[in-house]
Amino acid sequence: MRTIREFEDRIHINSAKGEVPGFIHLSAGQEASAVGICMHLTDADHIASTHRGHGHSIAKGCDVTAMMDEIYAKRTGLCGGKGGSMHMADLSKGMIGANGIVGGGVPLTAGAALKSVILGTDRVAVAFFGDGALNEGATMETMNLAKVLNLPMIFAMEDNGYGEATPSSWAIGGDPLARAKGFGLSACALDGHDFFQMHEAAGRIIEDVRAGKGPAFMHISAYRYYGHFEGDAATYRPEGEVEKMQKERDCLMIFKTKALATRLVTDKELDDIERQVVRLLDDAVEHARQAPAPGPEDLVTDVYVSY
Amino acid sequence: MSEKSFRQAINEALREEMRRDPGVFLIGEDIAGGTGSEGEEDAWGGVMGVTKGLLGEFGAKRVIDTPISETAYIGAAAGAAVTGMRPVAELMFCDFAGVCFDQIMNQTAKLRYMLGGQAKVPLVIRMQCGGGFNAAAQHSQTLHGLFTHIPGLKVVMPSNPYEAKGLLIESIRDDDPVMFMEHKFMYDDKGEVPDESYAIPLGEAYYSRDGEDITVCALGRMVNLCNQAADDLAQEGIGCTVIDLRSTSPLDEESVCESVEETGRLVVVDEGYPRCGFAADIAALAAVKAQSALRAPVKLVTPPHTTIPFAPTLEELYIPSVGRIKEGIKEVLAA
Repeated sequence: MRTIREFEDRIHINSAKGEVPGFIHLSAGQEASAVGICMHLTDADHIASTHRGHGHSIAKGCDVTAMMDEIYAKRTGLCGGKGGSMHMADLSKGMIGANGIVGGGVPLTAGAALKSVILGTDRVAVAFFGDGALNEGATMETMNLAKVLNLPMIFAMEDNGYGEATPSSWAIGGDPLARAKGFGLSACALDGHDFFQMHEAAGRIIEDVRAGKGPAFMHISAYRYYGHFEGDAATYRPEGEVEKMQKERDCLMIFKTKALATRLVTDKELDDIERQVVRLLDDAVEHARQAPAPGPEDLVTDVYVSY
Repeated sequence: MSEKSFRQAINEALREEMRRDPGVFLIGEDIAGGTGSEGEEDAWGGVMGVTKGLLGEFGAKRVIDTPISETAYIGAAAGAAVTGMRPVAELMFCDFAGVCFDQIMNQTAKLRYMLGGQAKVPLVIRMQCGGGFNAAAQHSQTLHGLFTHIPGLKVVMPSNPYEAKGLLIESIRDDDPVMFMEHKFMYDDKGEVPDESYAIPLGEAYYSRDGEDITVCALGRMVNLCNQAADDLAQEGIGCTVIDLRSTSPLDEESVCESVEETGRLVVVDEGYPRCGFAADIAALAAVKAQSALRAPVKLVTPPHTTIPFAPTLEELYIPSVGRIKEGIKEVLAA
């Protein structure tokens, strides 16, 4: 979680300096959801993510340096500099991809779950998507398909409060849980700011799905700190809302308080993690700055297997 | 070798590939039919009966009926392909690509490139195309041009049962996504089809007729109309080379150019929309790579740039006919 936060904060700062090309969507504030779920998955389990996919990628085990290289559009990037922030993926880690299309990754995730059914394995697939994607036909069609085919699939809806500039409370007609239940999915609401709640509930849900009990839906509250995209002043949010959430519901703060109180970690261990993360991201950013850009020879490769 | 229908040839290709590779599975609407009902099992075998009988041999885990949810199941097929399976999805009518185009255009086609070459997407999407059934505007289109426009997709259209089997086998084995277009007017067409398995490479055109006066390029059902036109014109002493392109992506540019170099005249016949379409693409190819050989303007025999009409009288005018192909050929020869 700390790595994701640092990753997003660095990009926020360096994007403002003009170091990062393209469109960037950051997930700072939402870390506990990604980590709480992905800790229960192996590389053989698949996830697909959204345009706000850095956190999910890191949580699923993607290499942080290669991710930073990718965001800096470098040849050494996770996708050779051809995908960028919105298409972060590492199939060897079971990360099918972030996605530039809202709801676009949800049907793809069903395919990974379908593979598990056809081959008779116990692999599961998790579709991360936002509150905006809950209103996409692709998502709703897939919820129905997953139920009909009894796919081992989890619909992890991260409700960060806003679909672009519009509050989810306005854009979602009806109750998301009722909607999911209407498709026959088991459904629950989770506080995505509390790692321990996320981790415990996700563990239980994923175990059930793995056991073949059918697809599940999670409505995860997970507030985003930055704007929809880097450069968005986010004036659609009420004054003081971000500060209040950061002060009261920050997932790192809640984790730290609980983990120290239960002696899960010591102050010293947290300090060590802090230092390691800072060094990791110092190195990643420096690597990304120095790495070579793709060359003309890369323009026309990877279109087909033959070229 | 025995005589089989276009429908049987496709069924045979699917059966053989499913036997060969446990990663191959079928998914689509009513590809068995009757799933979940107490009525007849495998009631349809696809709306045109193409997949009939496969449920019995391979079971419901590999012949998967879905709800009417094109986005969900085409996307799921792409997701299965990217994670190592080799799905063949049936989209019923190519017109329905409109329902799920994001999964085709933005996901399936682009995954490999966006992921920097990490992904293979060995997905075949089978679908009907073409007019002639008075099925009107949303069940009669031939959208190979639309698919060919998109990098990352391969687009295949067989013109007879022999090609249907060999091209489908090749398409299933191909590691890229293939849009496999079956003209709905041809399912009962008969032809010689070997019983054994064989693959026809994509991007290799077939010289369906040889003649020295003019080159005629086409795909799918239009090849047969071109051959009829060529046979008629042979009676009048006109020699036509008819090139069956078989696929638009990859495209056998060399065969087209070589033939145009020899004949100096080109007619392109196509059932797709004319603007930015296959016919215009081949004309451009000739203009760019074989212009010095052209002794007359290229003639495009296509539908007008209109929606496909319902009325039989209008649809007959819409679809290129043997008569219009012959007129086109004569026009170029007279120029």
